[in-house]
Amino acid sequence: MLTYVVRRLLYSIPVLFLSTFLSFIFVSYAGNPLAQIRQNPRIPASTIHNLIVQNHLDKPVVLRYFYWLKEAIFHKFGDSLLVAQPIWPDITRTLGHTAQVVLLAELVAIVIGVAVGIYSAIRQYSAFDYTFTTISFLGYAMPTFWLALLLQILFVDIYLKWHVRIFYTSGLNSGSSGSTWSLDRLQHIALPVATLSIISFALYSRYMRASMLDVINSDYVRTARAKGVPEWRVIMRHVFRNALIPIVTIAALNLGAVLGGAIVTETVFTLDGIGYYFVSRLGTLDLYAVMAYLTVTAVIIIAFNLLADILYGYLDPRIRYD
Amino acid sequence: MTEPTSSVPIGVAGRDGTLIEGPVPPAIDATVEAGLELKVRSQWSYARMRFFRHRLAMMGLVGLVILFGAGAFAGYVAPYSYSEIDLNNILHAPTTIGQHYFGTDEIGRDYFSRVIWGIRTSEEVGVFVAVVSSLIGLVIGAIAGYYRGWIDNILMRITDLVLTLPAIAILLTASALLGQGSQWRISFILASFFWTGIARIVRGVFLSLREKEYVEAAKASGAGDLRIMFRHILPNTLGPIIVNGTLAVAAAILTEAALSFLGFGIKPPTPSLGALVVSGQTNPQQWWLTVFPGLTIVAIVLCVNFVGDGLRDALDPQQRRIRA
Repeated sequence: MLTYVVRRLLYSIPVLFLSTFLSFIFVSYAGNPLAQIRQNPRIPASTIHNLIVQNHLDKPVVLRYFYWLKEAIFHKFGDSLLVAQPIWPDITRTLGHTAQVVLLAELVAIVIGVAVGIYSAIRQYSAFDYTFTTISFLGYAMPTFWLALLLQILFVDIYLKWHVRIFYTSGLNSGSSGSTWSLDRLQHIALPVATLSIISFALYSRYMRASMLDVINSDYVRTARAKGVPEWRVIMRHVFRNALIPIVTIAALNLGAVLGGAIVTETVFTLDGIGYYFVSRLGTLDLYAVMAYLTVTAVIIIAFNLLADILYGYLDPRIRYD
Repeated sequence: MTEPTSSVPIGVAGRDGTLIEGPVPPAIDATVEAGLELKVRSQWSYARMRFFRHRLAMMGLVGLVILFGAGAFAGYVAPYSYSEIDLNNILHAPTTIGQHYFGTDEIGRDYFSRVIWGIRTSEEVGVFVAVVSSLIGLVIGAIAGYYRGWIDNILMRITDLVLTLPAIAILLTASALLGQGSQWRISFILASFFWTGIARIVRGVFLSLREKEYVEAAKASGAGDLRIMFRHILPNTLGPIIVNGTLAVAAAILTEAALSFLGFGIKPPTPSLGALVVSGQTNPQQWWLTVFPGLTIVAIVLCVNFVGDGLRDALDPQQRRIRA
């Protein structure tokens, strides 16, 4: 097991380097971040020249990658290309906010999705099953940005009509700063969390249902019933526990999609998360900020995929890694 | 899926149902003597039957024909052009007067017409991406699975790389930097990232089938690599390819809508359903600006997914009825 983990970790290092290298080439070839600055007549040519020299923009792109790599490793991604402020504080702050929203959303989606999946599988083809099948089909077809916008408009309307503030529809806190777990914060992130969890819920409930049905029809469940084990015990001990194993993998693999959904959701709710940071920096072609986002998310996703594989091996002794 | 074969003993009926010369087995003799009609069915006709009996799939197909039909003939269906400005009718609520069924937007353009033209754009993106990415994925997956070796390695490494980032982040970067604009440009960008899924599926089928006896037999009788790949193995991958191609239509439409909504996709004046939702965002009091384009996206994707599920049940019965 340990050798497997070490090997996977070693393997993810070249993947990460290659991924950042390709992203860097891609990002720097396609857009000229100075085009906008050049159009501003108030910025003197000497400033632009300094920017070019500082950022080695006159060097070949492969060389620039290594300059960037040095900055990224030794100076935590260095300064932003255009705003001349360090990137790392922005990344940690926004990532913290995104983590709160995303983890809360995943928790809600997994708990409800698993519960619904279990009940749908036990009462297969019941009205309950059909209702939630329909809901999950809608969840699959729902564009995240549209769902977010609908929720936002709905709660803005509620506020305008009855002057009750249930949930806030933009931002992260009412004041300039607020604690991470205050009621005010929860009122702000409730709608983004709801958006992301509705989308993920569809996935988890369907997979849990399928996984339960798989296990329910297996021989050892029939044996357990034949032995006279009470039905609830069969479901909870023999079926549920085994059916949950694939969900672990699905949850980790889904993280990429959730981070993608967070980009859209945070933009709609103008929430100071890493996705919104990415989109706004992409809009100004801020090369180094975009690269920082791509690198950080790549590290997170690689880490979660590894975690999923390890957990999978731990939960299911039939899986062996050598 | 196996090779399309007849359901009665070989030597009696060909694939298309015509009788072939040869000894007739006694069971068939008896059937014919009893005056019963003998109908020969291929695997494809069984699949067709399963598909047409799939209620949801048929509903999806009907919905899709209506929606995509309206999009394809947008010039005839839409009462106005998508860019016709009417400053006397700004932000008008939905009404049958003047055929503004979905109301008008902030510069008085008829929203119903804009949605219809938006369907056309989505349709173009969805179909283009599905067809092109399936073809790329098919060729690359076939080569990687059949020859294995370095090309297989490269393919799997590329897939690993693509998996290290949220798809939408890659696509946002790509379209922000390679230039946004026409639907073809966006489709091209989407297609150049969508092929990996199909390539992996095709590769998997090729990896397992290249070891089968019938491939060995074909090799022994002197068939070349290309003939084995495309004549003998490829038909077995068609089921999964059709299913995944169909689902790729939905995924491409959703992705394009998200990109356009964020302002990195299709640029005006080309109407796109995702970009239309933006005018709903800037005018939150005018509910029709948000609701209609969004509902249209949901309807299209729902219908495509129903058809895709029906196709999966029909063509690929072993696979579980669940979508990732």
